[in-house]
Amino acid sequence: MAGVAVSTTINGDAVEYLCQPDETLLEVLRDRLGLTGAKEGCGTGDCGACSVIVDGRLVCSCLVLGAEAEGRKVETIEGMAHGDQLHPLQQKFLEHAALQCGICTPGFLIAAKDLLEKNPSPTEEEIRFGLAGNLCRCTGYDKIVRAVQDAAEVMKGA
Amino acid sequence: MNFDPRYSGRNFSSVGTRPIRPDGIDKVTGRARYGADFNMAGQLVGRILRSPHAHAVIKKIDTSKAEKLAGVKAVITAKDLPDLTDGDAAMYDILDNSMARTKALYDGHAVAAVAAIDARIARQALKLIEVDYEVLPHITDVDEAAQHHAPLINDQIFTEGLEEKPAKPSNVTKRTQFGHGDVHKGFAQADFIVERSFKTEQTHQGYIEPHACVASVNPDGTADLWVCTQGHFVYRQHCAQLLGLEASKLRVTSSEIGGGFGGKTHVWAEPVALALSRKAGRPVKLVMTRDEVFRASGPTSATSIDVKIGARKDGTITAAEATLRYSCGPYAGSWAEIGAMTAFACYNLENVKTVGYEVLVNRPKTAAYRAPSAPMAAFAVESAVDELAHELGMNAVDFRIKNAAQEGTRASYGPVYGPIGIGPTLEAVKNHPHMKAPLKANQGRGMACGFWFNFGGQTCTDLNIGMDGSVSLAVGTVDVGGSRASLSLVAAEELGIDYSQVKAIVADTSSLGYNDMTDGSRGTFSSSMATISAARNAIKILRDRAAQMWDIPVDDVVWEKGHAIAKGEKYGNLSPLSLKDIAAKSGTTGGPIAGHSELVADGAGVSFATHICDIEVDPETGATRVIRYTVVQDAGKAVHPTYVEGQYQGGAAQGIGWALNEEYIYGKDGRLQNAGFLDYRIPVCSDLPMIDTQILEIPNPNHPYGVRGVGETSIVPPLAAIANAVSNAVGVRMTHIPMSPPRILAALDAEREG
Amino acid sequence: MVEVTLWGSLSAVAGGKSRHDIEAKDIRELFRKLAEQYPGIEPWIDRGIAVAIDGTIYRDTWSKELPPGAEIFLLPRLAGG
Repeated sequence: MAGVAVSTTINGDAVEYLCQPDETLLEVLRDRLGLTGAKEGCGTGDCGACSVIVDGRLVCSCLVLGAEAEGRKVETIEGMAHGDQLHPLQQKFLEHAALQCGICTPGFLIAAKDLLEKNPSPTEEEIRFGLAGNLCRCTGYDKIVRAVQDAAEVMKGA
Repeated sequence: MNFDPRYSGRNFSSVGTRPIRPDGIDKVTGRARYGADFNMAGQLVGRILRSPHAHAVIKKIDTSKAEKLAGVKAVITAKDLPDLTDGDAAMYDILDNSMARTKALYDGHAVAAVAAIDARIARQALKLIEVDYEVLPHITDVDEAAQHHAPLINDQIFTEGLEEKPAKPSNVTKRTQFGHGDVHKGFAQADFIVERSFKTEQTHQGYIEPHACVASVNPDGTADLWVCTQGHFVYRQHCAQLLGLEASKLRVTSSEIGGGFGGKTHVWAEPVALALSRKAGRPVKLVMTRDEVFRASGPTSATSIDVKIGARKDGTITAAEATLRYSCGPYAGSWAEIGAMTAFACYNLENVKTVGYEVLVNRPKTAAYRAPSAPMAAFAVESAVDELAHELGMNAVDFRIKNAAQEGTRASYGPVYGPIGIGPTLEAVKNHPHMKAPLKANQGRGMACGFWFNFGGQTCTDLNIGMDGSVSLAVGTVDVGGSRASLSLVAAEELGIDYSQVKAIVADTSSLGYNDMTDGSRGTFSSSMATISAARNAIKILRDRAAQMWDIPVDDVVWEKGHAIAKGEKYGNLSPLSLKDIAAKSGTTGGPIAGHSELVADGAGVSFATHICDIEVDPETGATRVIRYTVVQDAGKAVHPTYVEGQYQGGAAQGIGWALNEEYIYGKDGRLQNAGFLDYRIPVCSDLPMIDTQILEIPNPNHPYGVRGVGETSIVPPLAAIANAVSNAVGVRMTHIPMSPPRILAALDAEREG
Repeated sequence: MVEVTLWGSLSAVAGGKSRHDIEAKDIRELFRKLAEQYPGIEPWIDRGIAVAIDGTIYRDTWSKELPPGAEIFLLPRLAGG
């Protein structure tokens, strides 16, 4: 199979790669580019562990083809902190112990970032429905919701 | 060796605080490496071919076409994993479960595997493997499988534990019995008796990270295995035995683990990956798909339980009896046995009898799931207890308080209890504002209790002090939920230094002595004991080094608040030496300073919890909603209270999923119909409310800080608490878990029709 | 001399008796004497037996002493999650 040449932007950097036409963006990120922060929990768009933002839209990267990233801007967990400065969501997840095993954490952080960018003052219900596409089996979501609420407060003040 | 594990009632400065976990930053930045995040040079992709049949003889496997496909480097079947188990029946079952030898025993059972240069070629190769099956009649229901006429899964199995050895083989592998007193006499004294049968369906642990490993076997017999596991030392033993490797030459590194809950206590794909690597001569990465995780790993038992409880008018239980049938998958297990032990553990009973039956079915081999077997037994018992309280006209909490076990009570599973927390959790629930909050129409409140044993086990820890005074702690229990933070707190506490000076890691199997599986809520209990012991050993050396630096007898040096202090007026001019001061001079006072500990952490304290929940039921659709949830549990001592709360909340959420939604659904063809997160629905954020927690601390007398395990008990009460809440909301006793909308509607319809 | 109680299934291979008086100073000696008296117990010991001494469960510390008059109860060694 001939590869598809793709030029894209990932976390602000210009990136070029060759991928197979049936290869997912998740496979490209993890296996070709070494960006293993996005996780494969299901491969069918049910768990959200592979969440990334493509041109401002939250997607499951297991449901997007690598070839579809052509000319777009992709944001992953690896680009969430600015240098040594954690994003407020990352900091609040740590402070609230909003992670146990941590496998779902990158997906939750990306989804929460997307949520707060679109709705800076979400209610608890809006947070719960906004993050309903991400599965966590460890925490019962309580501390995740609290971390997002706290981060929203901090970000509004900033 | 002279470690004294007894509780000492000290004041704490680090333990009980809530610092940020040491592995947190890697996990919020995507840098933490899980099972599938590791790669080796020249690595191949492994894939497994699985049986589509629930029960079939494997007549022939032709791998020749797959082997000829360009890019395929190895194809294996059971022939490549010869039987080296030497009569060890449990290991043989693990081997056969990893790769079917003569029969496929469930939909998803591995029958062959390939290693190829990429995933596409590997998938293609699987399609080229021809397996000739002779399909046999199958059985997936636990009650049907126990019948005499059911298709036999293994004709070599005769029921153990019967008074007379049976003449015919059976799917029932074992009968076990627990209890004391005379239940017939007890029931004769009862004014009220409740007798009911209950069923629970099979669920999966549902960890978000599928099983993943990278295996690399060298021609000289050395090998490496990178794997997500709850017990890398146990995986090493099992893999070494199954592959014929020397354990010390197989180095197993535990990756970050993306959830286990008991499901990663068992090897499945790891021996296959090693066998593929051995045959191909290259490293092999093997990652299960979600479909494979559901079809071939995990699950719990499905159960069928009969309960009978009798009480006098004054609310005293006079007798309690239960018969428990648990599915084991196609291999012998001891799951009903645990259910039979835990069923009535919360109560003080004069006459009690439980009987467990282990039942083979054509489903995946049952694996442990958080307090394995206890939630189902608690569901049946706590439902009947609630119903009996109603019949007596007693408040459900008061009825439980009246009959609760306490120190000195003979447990239903045999021994007499020491200090325990069931009474205090019930008192806390009785006084909790949640119990007094008003309910609206179609809402019901339920509560229930739960028990789990908690384990200890073989444990080894190394504590190394750097020349700058920083401390590295290497532990051998896997960090499944924040234990590196709690163990760092324990090291800081014991040494008298700041938490930030300690860095804890999980060491690989070649860097540390053997550690048992991280199961039975033992991670923090056992490794904290070993850490305390290691720190105390290090303190002996620190005192000795300080004595050298001062040139005084070591007996005159004491360790207080992170400093060596010369004891006595004659040393008034000697300023205390900090750990840092002593470490800086270690090169000239005897070399590196370290503390080691190898011990068996026994005496884990039993644990009790009581949960309250409010459920709203839509009588038109049968849909349910959890309105409010409260967990009260005894932790012994909460080392890092935030992560203790996290264990309480996580267990409750898993229990809520089990109670309301989650179940394996098999078709008539014996195939699993919902092997994905879309159709096997675990709770999402919008399904749940905040989960309130209350930590009680009744010290475990067998741990220096009073720690008990906290990880598992929280999944025991929810099934029953929610069933009681739904039953109270709709006015019909719910007896079948999960209480999915169709089941609730069916129960309501049955009630209307009378 | 200590009085030892066996759980239901184990007593079936110990002459059908759940209570036994045995002269043993620690868990190791207790297992040895039980196995001498009832050879059918040996496979159970290999599979794992836990010993509750005054309510505290010991699974692996075979050197644990059995204090006179203590409540000794044998249990199956369990798996956890």
